Amino acid sequence: MPATARPLSPHLGIYRWQIQMVTSILHRATGIALAAGTILLVVALLALASGPDAWAKVAAFCGSWIGMILMLGWTWALAYHLLNGIRHLVQDLGYGYKPEQFVRNGWVVTLGSFVLTGLVWACVLAQRGGA
Amino acid sequence: MSSLRTPLKNALGLGSARQGSHHFIIQRVTAVALVLLGVWFVWTVLSLLHLDYAGAHALVAQPCNAVLLLAFVVTVFWHAQLGLQVVIEDYVHARGSQLALQLTVKFLCFLGAAASVLAILKIALGR
Repeated sequence: MPATARPLSPHLGIYRWQIQMVTSILHRATGIALAAGTILLVVALLALASGPDAWAKVAAFCGSWIGMILMLGWTWALAYHLLNGIRHLVQDLGYGYKPEQFVRNGWVVTLGSFVLTGLVWACVLAQRGGA
Repeated sequence: MSSLRTPLKNALGLGSARQGSHHFIIQRVTAVALVLLGVWFVWTVLSLLHLDYAGAHALVAQPCNAVLLLAFVVTVFWHAQLGLQVVIEDYVHARGSQLALQLTVKFLCFLGAAASVLAILKIALGR
């Protein structure tokens, strides 16, 4: 900590909420959520390697209410992080930085993540109905 | 340029570590890989849903799927570790807890990757 109190730059308490900051915050939040989600990935792979009983437990967890809600959340987190990640890569190449473009592609990514989640879960539910 | 350094920096003699861009570049390289591998992964999980244990085991055991899954898990943990490192650097300021947290994340990511690789190899090579 500095010995003298220096002025702070404006932070969350000062700025009005806007899509530019929401997309940035969500990218970090979904990244952290996805990192936590890798626990299920590792457990599922270890279960598949160790035998039918272990696999049945993982399948039962994924099919339970808590499991379904978690899977839905991770689907959206992955959809958002994927789309906004592509947006970041495009920005790294120098495109889409004008304020109106930035706002527009922020909304495209946010709404697109819900569309993508819907598509994936339409596939899930269609398979469930068919099985 | 030394005039722009703080007196403490001059006293310590610490300049640039000359690897500032390495983290940035690897984060982007793994990100590009994960765009492709991530879409493949979601597709594969969707095709796993209606399968029983033997079917799921056989699907992952296919050489093409096993190789792509290996690439996916290694890249996921590599990318996760890079991203979490930046988040911790930004928000955890106490030196001791930052160091402890950074090491914990790195170790857990390595363990996660190692366990996943072992599981995939066992599925792909075992009878």
